Amino acid sequence: MQTVLKVSHLKKNFGAKTVHRDISFELKKSETVGLLGNSGTGKSVLLRCLIGLETMDEGEVYFNQTRIDLWQEEELFELRTKMSYAFQSGALFDSLSVYENIAYPVREHLKLSAAEEEKLVMDVLRLVRMEDAAHLFPSDLSGGMQKRAGLARAMVLKPEIILYDEPTAGLDPVNVENVLDIMNTFKKRGVGGIFVTHDIPAAKKVCDRLLLVDSGKIVFSGGIREFEESTDPVVQKFNMAQ
Amino acid sequence: MMVKIKDQFEFFGELMSLLGKSTHAIFSRPFYWARLNEQIIELGSRSLSITIVIGFVMGLVMTLQFGYGLAKFGGTLYVPAIVSLSLIREMAPIFTSLLVAGRIGSGIAAEIGAMNVSQQIDAIRALGTSPIRVLVVPRLVAAMVSLPLLGILATFMGIIGGMMIARSEFDMAYGFYINKVLATIKIHDVFSCYIKCMFFAVVIVLLACWKGFQTKEGTRGVGSAATWVVVRSSIVILISDFFLSKILILLFD
Repeated sequence: MQTVLKVSHLKKNFGAKTVHRDISFELKKSETVGLLGNSGTGKSVLLRCLIGLETMDEGEVYFNQTRIDLWQEEELFELRTKMSYAFQSGALFDSLSVYENIAYPVREHLKLSAAEEEKLVMDVLRLVRMEDAAHLFPSDLSGGMQKRAGLARAMVLKPEIILYDEPTAGLDPVNVENVLDIMNTFKKRGVGGIFVTHDIPAAKKVCDRLLLVDSGKIVFSGGIREFEESTDPVVQKFNMAQ
Repeated sequence: MMVKIKDQFEFFGELMSLLGKSTHAIFSRPFYWARLNEQIIELGSRSLSITIVIGFVMGLVMTLQFGYGLAKFGGTLYVPAIVSLSLIREMAPIFTSLLVAGRIGSGIAAEIGAMNVSQQIDAIRALGTSPIRVLVVPRLVAAMVSLPLLGILATFMGIIGGMMIARSEFDMAYGFYINKVLATIKIHDVFSCYIKCMFFAVVIVLLACWKGFQTKEGTRGVGSAATWVVVRSSIVILISDFFLSKILILLFD
């Protein structure tokens, strides 16, 4: 299967603190990979490095065989229509309605008529079951709805992959299921991605493969069953903690 | 001490970098005309009433003070010239800019700061757009357009206020007052007011946007950012006014 994203020997420091020492992995087309790890192991930082929101210190990142880690900010704009980012908080623009939030990237990157734009936005809102909330503002939404609106915004341009930054964190079990259903729907439409989470049961429902980050390195890469049966002490400790 | 000096150099460097990127963004695509329109309404139109009041009151007070002060030396007739020249060259640009720094500068810093701490700035970038183009450029251009016009308006209102006090307190005819003002104010004085306001607009918006982008520590950081901008931009406006005045006098007088 075609490799969409390839990360090679990524290193990231914040001042004297090393967050990532040597991160390497690949993401295949339509594949969803779970990125697991304890709090503070730099999972979100890794996602931010991949999409260029943070600069990395060393290493290489390839998207569809093209090296992207050396690109300047404005060169990355086009890439970010193909690799989108779903923020942990949703990061919706609080001065815009849900509809306007989702229409924002559409207006920036696609030249559509008002009717075409409305159809696209309402389609993706239906996908996240929020078509009745289009006129609401982020402050009117619950945490779960904000995350779903954030997912809709990440999906609206039909990217090749989505970087999910803890989309289930802080949600009640019903909303966790809703978010996972949405991620599976995206997956069925061919949109894979990287799912950052601590929640192994949630990862099992969506991911094809799991990666475990510890001490700035990937200490496990493999399928869900392999993860459960691993004899690696770090993996076992993480499994036990769950 | 050395660390503080280094910090100041870094701050100045970042500010110049922001100015450079903003200037480049002004003259390249995409340009957000709708956002510019919104900002002109926010920065310009919504500052109209307070500018009118401040300009008018400045004219009243200055005419009153100069009138009684100069009356002791028989110089009441010079009041229209002194008041109008002071207004257009110094008082209107300074007071209007300080007012805008308080009303708009703090608002910009708080808005961008709040967006920063809630990851909305990151979201702008992650959606393939530039925070400088989306947030800084419309505010910068709107301030550069609006503030000089507000400065001219404040001058005009000051002259009207001065004329009314000159009439009621010193029995000076409206026609005489207007003639004296028109004979005193030259086109380069209007230009001087315009240049100063434009410069102060750049100072206010750049400081406010820079501070907004640097904001951390949640709501507390947002509040501090707003205060910081008002204090810093007021100091920069007052100090740079001296040097600007000196340059403009050398150029035009």
